[in-house]
Amino acid sequence: MSRQMTGAEMVVQALKDQGVDTIFGYPGGAVLPIYDAIFQQNDIKHILVRHEQAAVHMAEGYARSTGKPGCVLVTSGPGATNAVTGLTDALMDSIPLVVFSGQVPTFMIGTDGFQEADTIGITRACTKHNWLVKDPAKLSETIHQAFHVATSGRPGPVLVDLPKDVQFASAEYTGPKTARTEHYQPKVKGDLDAITKLVELMEKAERPIFYTGGGVINSGTGASQLLREVVDATGFPITSTLMGLGAYPASGKNWLGMLGMHGLYEANLAMHDCDLMINLGARFDDRITGRVADFSPHSIKAHVDIDASSINKIIQVDLPILGDIGHVLEDLLKVWKARGRKTNKEGLGKWWQKIDEWKKVRCLSYTNSDTIIKPQYALQRLEELTKGRDRYITTEVGQHQMWAAQFLGFDAPNRWMTSGGLGTMGYGFPASIGVQIAHPESLVINIAGEASWLMNMQEMGTCTQFRTPVKQFILNNERLGMVRQWQDLLHGGRYSQSWSESLPDFVKLAEAFGWKGIVVSDPKELDDAIMEMIEYDGPVLFDCLVEKHENCFPMIPSGKPHNDMLLSADAEAFRGGAALV
Amino acid sequence: MAALNIKKGSTSHSAYDLRDTHSDVERSHTLAVIVENEPGVLARVIGLFSGRGYNIDSLTVAEIDHKGHRSRITIVTRGTEAVIEQIRAQLGRIVPVHEVHDLTTEASAVERELALFKVAATGEKRVESLRLADIFRANVVDSTLESFVFEITGTSEKIDAFAELMRPLGLVDVARTGVAALARGVGNL
Repeated sequence: MSRQMTGAEMVVQALKDQGVDTIFGYPGGAVLPIYDAIFQQNDIKHILVRHEQAAVHMAEGYARSTGKPGCVLVTSGPGATNAVTGLTDALMDSIPLVVFSGQVPTFMIGTDGFQEADTIGITRACTKHNWLVKDPAKLSETIHQAFHVATSGRPGPVLVDLPKDVQFASAEYTGPKTARTEHYQPKVKGDLDAITKLVELMEKAERPIFYTGGGVINSGTGASQLLREVVDATGFPITSTLMGLGAYPASGKNWLGMLGMHGLYEANLAMHDCDLMINLGARFDDRITGRVADFSPHSIKAHVDIDASSINKIIQVDLPILGDIGHVLEDLLKVWKARGRKTNKEGLGKWWQKIDEWKKVRCLSYTNSDTIIKPQYALQRLEELTKGRDRYITTEVGQHQMWAAQFLGFDAPNRWMTSGGLGTMGYGFPASIGVQIAHPESLVINIAGEASWLMNMQEMGTCTQFRTPVKQFILNNERLGMVRQWQDLLHGGRYSQSWSESLPDFVKLAEAFGWKGIVVSDPKELDDAIMEMIEYDGPVLFDCLVEKHENCFPMIPSGKPHNDMLLSADAEAFRGGAALV
Repeated sequence: MAALNIKKGSTSHSAYDLRDTHSDVERSHTLAVIVENEPGVLARVIGLFSGRGYNIDSLTVAEIDHKGHRSRITIVTRGTEAVIEQIRAQLGRIVPVHEVHDLTTEASAVERELALFKVAATGEKRVESLRLADIFRANVVDSTLESFVFEITGTSEKIDAFAELMRPLGLVDVARTGVAALARGVGNL
């Protein structure tokens, strides 16, 4: 399959051949030929954003909720530089994206032309790979390679920089099948000897734990299915990072909840005290390990990851297995079953007793109020009123994000979209739009803080234009809550620049864009307000006025070990009395 | 596990060793990196070293297979075994990197560097520089009545030693290529 066409037509044709149905973008001088090609077709829907950063976050939301790569089209110079935050976010969280940027014509590159930026140089450090296409004859193959690289191995964002003269020039188009990809074929099958060794360890372990991450989600729904089978068959407890929520269901009997800095007490202590840690697609991030020297000191550690550089980067492990989680779990199950489905039942029984003791601390407890809405209470009510629905959740970054991870339950993968590695405030709102575009009939809620939400609020227009009925659930404490919390705990209560001054009237703001605005401050009215939000057929800006000085617990202060956790006053009192540690 | 006598507060000593423990000693390693000869590939490799805080003691790069679009980058770096393992893994995941070899641990290797030395001297110093060049098997590649340019190949240590000897004799300029290295024997790694 080959025929002559212009570079711009090739871009559109390659997108079609790659199965792309949606592209998020913003036009400009250096991408006009591609926009002209988009104008003349109906297969690919273009979502016009209001800022390029948001286009990338939308593509991330689209990608995470579908498992397909997200696509973005931006112009040269400022278009490309605005995309940098989104690219970095996607790189940190291993989200497959293919971003196309316009560039000045090849003969002008290097002359400091109008809207020229060294996009390849700037994005080299924030993409998995990038290409500047100077030869129209290589354009179609490069695009197909870009999709291959973005989605193979550890997924990530890639960028293709397209000079304007290349978009105008004619050349022969070649399809995806003829594209050369053999030079990039990451290994997916794990070493069978190592997998057998892991099974032997699992058979004997007295205090095992599964520690899972975003790699399970990225490996596909099959991997989540296999994970459930392994966990339920062995009866081992399981915890997950922020990125891995939903791979094992929150309603599952072996679920300990999220671990890490704001993870659950029982999850962190189980990590600290285990004798066999099985890391599946997580990367020992500093928000997980706390002080590295004291991290889970008595355990044998196995680590399954598709990225060799994630293994032994922070924590030296005993049993590294390089491969795709789905493939490795499949082999692991086979070997374990063939060897007689053995576990150390006696040890496991005692282990669960210990974990049940830790659970009694009820680390998420808080003092509720009947006059003011506690953020935890708002999320509990939201969970109660939306669980069981066809629901997708995105978040911004901060306290609300951690509370959402603690109080909302995810029973399926790809239902939870949050900025984990980079911690990008302003991620959640555009991400929710991307999710809604991919799932028009579903309930898509962005849990936000008012400060984060304002960072990409310009996308309200995008929502109105494309009729995406996203629900913006803002826990408004008129503070940069997490910054305030750190200042409270670590900087003597000097709240430097951490309050949200001059906030808009969110209801009027909603109305200005043709949205519905809801404001609620009375706990008694909360349920009705949430139902009103859910039932409204259109975008809703939900201004939930909450307690201004609530801190998020449990918390492992930066640089402390897992068993040195701050709990809320209630939980602390219980712990002191029962001396559980 | 207590019986294994684990050093407290250390994860470099694992509770249960299925693998070699890494040494904490820093040493020099020579890495051979075979890459696709495409624009920007060197920037990716160098960017990795600067971005993640690794050292480069020496770096050479040239195309080695024009038809196959292959270049060879030879990097001399320094670090503990854990750091070197990380560098290898990080290099390995750069898309246009085809192979990464540690010539220090994988094989016995020959390492050579080429250097040019300009020595400006007259009289006894001029004669002495020529005599020493002869001992070091350096060649004279340019000459005026007041100067020589010597060409010398050898290990980095040999070139360092030659530089030390030339300095008091009127050394005015040095150009070094950095280390090129190949594994000994019949195999091609």
